[in-house]
Amino acid sequence: MKVTIDGFPIEVEAGTTILNAARMIGGDIVPPAMCYYSKLEGTGGKCRTCLVQVSKGSEKDPRPMPKLVASCRTTVMDGMEVKNITSPEVIEARKGVVEMLLINHPLDCPVCDQAGECHLQDLGYEHGAAKTRYEFDRRTFEKIDIGDKIQLHMTRCILCYRCVFVADQITDHRIHGILNRGDHSEISTYIQKAVDNDFSGNVIDVCPVGALTDKTFRFKNRVWFTKPVEAHRDCETEKCGGKVTLWYKGEDVIRVTARKDEYGEAEEFICNTCRFDKKRTSDWVIEGPRKVSHKSVINSNHYDTLHPLPVVKTNPVLIEANKEQFERETRL
Amino acid sequence: MESLSNKKKQLVIKPPNFWERAYLPAIVHGLSITMSHFFKKPVTIQYPDEKREFSENYRGLHSLKRDENGAERCTACGLCALSCPAEAITMIAAERQKGEEHLYREEKYAAVYEINMLRCIFCGLCEEACPKEAIYLDGDIVQSDYLRKDFIYGKDKLVEPPLNQ
Repeated sequence: MKVTIDGFPIEVEAGTTILNAARMIGGDIVPPAMCYYSKLEGTGGKCRTCLVQVSKGSEKDPRPMPKLVASCRTTVMDGMEVKNITSPEVIEARKGVVEMLLINHPLDCPVCDQAGECHLQDLGYEHGAAKTRYEFDRRTFEKIDIGDKIQLHMTRCILCYRCVFVADQITDHRIHGILNRGDHSEISTYIQKAVDNDFSGNVIDVCPVGALTDKTFRFKNRVWFTKPVEAHRDCETEKCGGKVTLWYKGEDVIRVTARKDEYGEAEEFICNTCRFDKKRTSDWVIEGPRKVSHKSVINSNHYDTLHPLPVVKTNPVLIEANKEQFERETRL
Repeated sequence: MESLSNKKKQLVIKPPNFWERAYLPAIVHGLSITMSHFFKKPVTIQYPDEKREFSENYRGLHSLKRDENGAERCTACGLCALSCPAEAITMIAAERQKGEEHLYREEKYAAVYEINMLRCIFCGLCEEACPKEAIYLDGDIVQSDYLRKDFIYGKDKLVEPPLNQ
């Protein structure tokens, strides 16, 4: 099937969604997605950030679709023509969606651990308005501990349901879901029951915002002060690939996450042993520094090589002189 | 050789005459200049006792501000440290516990906040980067000192004194 997205033609199989077809082309024309996650079945269709305009339905029926459609849920038709960033209507609608997502989302990026790798932050920066028009109180929740390693702060949740699909599909029994309906919906483990499963930590990785965070990393450091390094190990847990990103601060591993691709999706899900318990360099085989996009704040002050050229570190005379100067108690 | 401009003058140093050899008129003239300065406005000031007025946008010692209730505004977001071209700022964040709401404004605060005044270039980028209006370079000139370690200013020196004290 031939589909044209923003003027770029591509041949795809029947049943491919517009979003996936756009990802095959790549570049700026890929619609952003907050709820769709290619590794999880049934995700998508909730956040509406991936709206696109279909200007020609198909070869047989060339009428345009009457409304903007969610590209993660709409499959392509032969001869379909899609407009994403070339359509002012889509840009305008997306701006509205971002404003909608930010109605209840607190603007506390300086506090939030996700800042710097948050998809909603990027989206708000690209499309959002600088000011909110919302005059009412945002909804707030108490923080909930899901197990001893994961913290849920529902205040930040945008109800993308990704974590629910993780609990449903990756872990073996689901005790994590949505309670209530409409604008009262909230993610919860039923009566705060701990999710006790080898793969429960993946809910942290799939969360596009800072609602689900790693308690072992909570407020330890900002992501842009840490150094991401790709590493792997032979994990005994079934289904765990053991391919991770280690986030170093100095010589210490302060966080372990799954490796994420350019769309922020984990390449392979990792088990809780890898994520929470293996925080020594000796546990891992280091592959090299992670390539970070130059647009990302994480890229600031980072070297492309694992061992950058030493300045003071290898000169014993300088090390000694520095130490002496700093420990001096009496004036010269 | 003849000079190009023809403006060359030969200087003749004459031996000083009697008055010049006495030096007295020169001494009187010099002293009169000195004495005349006694009655002029001095151009210098007595620095530590007396201070010159700073311009409005002068950038001096940093101070960490408190909000209207006296709680610390800084939330340890790290944007000042990120923007700092001299890498002078470091901080360690901590989570606010229940009952500390009057001390810290946000749920996270800087447990340790240090500025190395020897590294700082007083560019004011930290002030510009701060999303919480917590840091301002509105202080004095940084005091001189003898030891390097005394130039690392912690929260004890940087945070504003609490209100009503």
